[in-house]
Amino acid sequence: MSDSKKSRPLFDRAILHQAAVEAFRRLDPREQIRNPVMFVVEIGSILTTLLFVQALFGRGEMPAGYILAISIWLWFTVVFANFAEAVAEGRGKAQAAALKQSRRELSAKKLADPENRGKYTTVQASALRKGDVVLVEAGDDIPADGEVIFGVASVNESAITGESAPVIREPGDRCGVTGGTRVLSDWLVVRITSNPGEMFIDRMIAMVEGAKRQKTPNEIALNILLASLTIIFLLVCMTLLPFSIYSVTAAGQGSPVTVTVLVALLVCLIPTTIGGLLSAIRIAGMDRMVQANVIALSGQAVEAAGDVDVLLLDKTGTITLGNRQAAEFFPAKGVSAERLADAAQLASLADETPEGRSIVVLAKQRYKIRERQIHDLGATFVPFSAQTRMSGVNLPGGEQIRKGSGDAIGSWVKEHGGEIPPDVRTVTENIARKGGTPLVVADGVKVLGAIYLKDIVKGGIKERFLELRRAGIKTVMITGDNPLTAAAVAAEAGVDDFLAEATPETKLKLIREMQTGGRLVAMTGDGTNDAPALAQADVAVAMNTGTQAAKEAGNLVDLDSNPTKLIEIVEVGKQLLMTRGALTTFSISNDVAKYFAILPAAFVGVYPGLAAMNIMGLATPQSAVLSAVIFNALIIVALIPLCLKGIRYRPVGAASLFRRNLLVYGLGGMVVPFIGIKVIDLILVALGWA
Amino acid sequence: MTTHGVLQITLFFVVLVALVKPLGWYMARVFEGKPAGLNRLLAPVERLIYRLCGVREDEEMNWQRYTVAMLLFSLVGLIVLYLQQRIQGFLPLNPQKLGAVSPDSSLNTAVSFTTNTNWQGYGGETTMSYLTQMLGLAVHNFVSAAAGIAILLALIRGFTRRSVEGLGNFWVDLTRSTLYVLLPLSFIFALILVAQGVPQTFGAYKTAKLLQPTSYDQAVLDQSGNPVLDEQGRPKREKVTVTEQSIAVGPAASQIAIKQLGTNGGGFFNANSAHPLENPTPLSNFLEMIAILLIPAALCYTFGLMVGDTKQGWAILAAMTVVLVMFTAGGYWAESAGNPMAAGAGVDQAAGNLQPGGNMEGKEVRFGIANSVIWAAATTAASNGSVNSMHDSYTPLGGLVPLLLMQFGEVIFGGVGSGLYGMLVFAIIAVFVAGLMVGRTPEYLGKKIEAYEMKMASLLILIMPITVLIFTAVAVVTDIGKASIFNPGAHGFSEVLYAFTSMGNNNGSAFGGLGANTPFYNLTGSFAMLVGRFWLAVPTLALAGSLAKKKRLPIGVGTLPTHTPLFVAWLIGVIVIVGALTFFPALALGPIAEHFK
Repeated sequence: MSDSKKSRPLFDRAILHQAAVEAFRRLDPREQIRNPVMFVVEIGSILTTLLFVQALFGRGEMPAGYILAISIWLWFTVVFANFAEAVAEGRGKAQAAALKQSRRELSAKKLADPENRGKYTTVQASALRKGDVVLVEAGDDIPADGEVIFGVASVNESAITGESAPVIREPGDRCGVTGGTRVLSDWLVVRITSNPGEMFIDRMIAMVEGAKRQKTPNEIALNILLASLTIIFLLVCMTLLPFSIYSVTAAGQGSPVTVTVLVALLVCLIPTTIGGLLSAIRIAGMDRMVQANVIALSGQAVEAAGDVDVLLLDKTGTITLGNRQAAEFFPAKGVSAERLADAAQLASLADETPEGRSIVVLAKQRYKIRERQIHDLGATFVPFSAQTRMSGVNLPGGEQIRKGSGDAIGSWVKEHGGEIPPDVRTVTENIARKGGTPLVVADGVKVLGAIYLKDIVKGGIKERFLELRRAGIKTVMITGDNPLTAAAVAAEAGVDDFLAEATPETKLKLIREMQTGGRLVAMTGDGTNDAPALAQADVAVAMNTGTQAAKEAGNLVDLDSNPTKLIEIVEVGKQLLMTRGALTTFSISNDVAKYFAILPAAFVGVYPGLAAMNIMGLATPQSAVLSAVIFNALIIVALIPLCLKGIRYRPVGAASLFRRNLLVYGLGGMVVPFIGIKVIDLILVALGWA
Repeated sequence: MTTHGVLQITLFFVVLVALVKPLGWYMARVFEGKPAGLNRLLAPVERLIYRLCGVREDEEMNWQRYTVAMLLFSLVGLIVLYLQQRIQGFLPLNPQKLGAVSPDSSLNTAVSFTTNTNWQGYGGETTMSYLTQMLGLAVHNFVSAAAGIAILLALIRGFTRRSVEGLGNFWVDLTRSTLYVLLPLSFIFALILVAQGVPQTFGAYKTAKLLQPTSYDQAVLDQSGNPVLDEQGRPKREKVTVTEQSIAVGPAASQIAIKQLGTNGGGFFNANSAHPLENPTPLSNFLEMIAILLIPAALCYTFGLMVGDTKQGWAILAAMTVVLVMFTAGGYWAESAGNPMAAGAGVDQAAGNLQPGGNMEGKEVRFGIANSVIWAAATTAASNGSVNSMHDSYTPLGGLVPLLLMQFGEVIFGGVGSGLYGMLVFAIIAVFVAGLMVGRTPEYLGKKIEAYEMKMASLLILIMPITVLIFTAVAVVTDIGKASIFNPGAHGFSEVLYAFTSMGNNNGSAFGGLGANTPFYNLTGSFAMLVGRFWLAVPTLALAGSLAKKKRLPIGVGTLPTHTPLFVAWLIGVIVIVGALTFFPALALGPIAEHFK
């Protein structure tokens, strides 16, 4: 995951350049009408431009140069908002292009004749099409999704399923193989069932393009609020003209407020900051998802991720490492621990699976048994095969050491006329109860003892769950283990709850129950049997390496196929909403200062006493209005980096997040424009434009 | 400001808050159909009403049916009240032989009482017969308040119910609110008022001989009311000597009780609660002030109980109370400081043993500044509109207090029922923005706030400013509107703004100084009052319907808490900012300009 996750600089020259051009192109009113707030600004810009032309050629309501200055800054307000959107979009597109290049390319052995596996041509996996037939031998990656037509093989699907134990694939019921998984033993002839290579990139680009058009549900609700605020302020400004006409008559002095000033006031009051940045925030949110190597099939899914309050996590691969590790040797009665460890190590010397390696290491650590070279011993390795389900070693002295599951060794010993002693049987049962996997080691007919393979809880995962709990998100571990085992691992990992002996049915039932209780459930899944649960979950992350059915049932696809990603996805979803909320608060808080800038300026001629409201001490009524308009435009640009990065999410619970964001964006939003407008006013004075 | 004044304000709020819990508990029992003490007495009456009206008690209504029932009920009431005023001359209980009320005034009054506004373009004792007052106006005082409670109950059920369509039964809610809450409270309160000296009689007006006959000049008018001119073409004047005074009486106590309790505010007499027979003693004054806010305040606790979390109710009440205390204190400060013009002329305005100090113009000496300001703030915070002092005579900033309290949309306590449902809509908007800030789809009381809810909530905050601002704008630029403005300058503007703010928010108090009993103001006002009531009630019920259909989400650490002081502060901020941003420019040209003159 880390290598494909590139941290891209916030601003890229090429993107900025292209965005600047786009910003002007999007002044087209047909583009603007989708955003009611910015559309009003554009209408205001057109109106003031016309007033400028009128002032230029006839009797203007204010000096032509002044109207022009206001008009230009109003146009800039629209341009800046367009620019923000274009920058966000450019970053997304660049990310998609980069991913396209860095995608891992598999090679495939394409067969011309399925019956004849001696003759193949090596091709790129991306060249494969539906219906092609390939040969996959031990050690090869399966190039694409498909079904087995010949052969039997054990396949390591831990990359997809997270399950460390190899699975058997053969024609018939267990024929489905998934691209990216690896054949461990034997060989398979696979008929490809999908056109790989294009699908995800297409989806990703579609998502980036779609982000521009498709509004998310919360955004629609926010837009309604923003639109109604816009209508209120439109009304406030429109009625201000009659009010001021009456006031002029009543006071017997001054002149009514000009349309230019009213338009300026309107643009400053309507929530342009959030209105202008809204679509950029959405696009940037989707983009952050892409940067995490997750493809959202809809913007709704990204947003829903922020709402999730229950995470269903598969034990293996998510909470525990995909592979188990040897933790203990339990010798049979009458066998010394060293003897067992020695035999176990011998049996595992050539076993390259992580479990095998861990047995070698444990024997070395506990009993100082040094690793030996299998060739030096003159021994022959017996690899794991789908038929025997054991692996081991044949020593020159005729000893046949085997290790495997209790059942496999049981039948092997039986074949040689022996049987597993009761004490070893008890030990294996105890190991299973503790949450481990027992392996039994036998030397010929003699059973030497059992190895305890233990689930290793991932480092740092406990802290992660603690964070989630503080953020109000409940974690539920899903496992096929028995309840005792599950409880042991759950306690060690610190999850809130677990579902043991999980089947697709019980998973689905659990999700339904939680949803009835009003909870939003997120889960990851990969197998076809996960599909119903994925379809039921509110946020369903399918692993890219998962089956087609799973991917179709999910609403997010994780390209890294990393189940822990769910936690990151939740954070990205939350960030998206938080950025919107914070900027809305900021935008509305800004209005207070703008009133204090514009109202005294507009009416000081009628009621000179209103000069007392000019608490910022702005130089002249003209500079006051212009400063407010300039501030209003520049703040959009100033906030672009924030809206691209998103507001930082901390897992501290809603109450303290609210306190912090309200302080920063509410109170800050109130104070910042007072300072900003004053500074701009001082600059205007210094430039002699006041 | 005096210690005495501050103590009176403090006492007022302490007593008010102390009454919230018992009454709130009682109302919750009533509205949930549980025994609450008066059942043995009133349950047979309740059943009888249902049987007579053919109401099935357990029949649930969806939001559309509930709305239609509410609208039909109000429409029929409006028409009956209109007709009653038009034909009151032919009806009994009219000892003063008062004739028909003019069509536009009848309409305005009918609308005004149906919408719980009680804007009064007329003077009670010179216009309305006893029958009209009792059977027309007082009845509406009850049922318009009860209808407000019914709408609130529907909204509360929207929050508490899950995945259903039904919001309860309008007729049952209406009957229970009237029978168990408004009637008993009014009954007790009317008796107390009678004990304090408020008249309750069907007898004709009393005549008293003046101790000191008064003489004055008046213009001679002809038959049609035009001045008669003398030979030089100047209006002819004649000297009049008055030796007798006619004292208006009537069945006042019963009507005053419900006018205060039901946030109606329509006075029996023209001078409203400044009239010595409406409000004779300091005790009656104190109790009438409590009565203004009693039910709106207690409903907050009822709401908390009904949604299963009393903290939510207290939070809402806290937000309301904090705003009202701030505004009362501000008003008290402004009025105590007195008139800057008078201060400039060297007039002593300090409070002392011989004078109350400050600005006493338009205030009853019996009540003083503190009690006038509490009343002014309470009556405009709640959409009551009764007055015991003349708001028009307040200092500009003192007058800003009642004006702004109304412009917050009558959600600081507000009308019976309507205030709380308005406040809950503001809470929804506050929750929406705050919820986004914590990174979740906003939810209030376990209900998700989505596009439909925002649409309805936006309508609710949008409609009131539209009516108030547009009508004010029309009034100040048209001759027909300007003709009624008696005061020049910024103050005249404030008067028009106040009138439409009052009607558009169903408050009903008047700034005065505006000749509002003209066809223009009567008709535009009627429209504003209808919009202010029903255009808000319908989206509220639609909102309730939509909420009831949703699931109720469990509350967790990730949920934004809506009972904390921080949320209360945020809610206040949202109300004040929305209200202030909407009306600040208008206020700048009215009271603020007047203040800085």
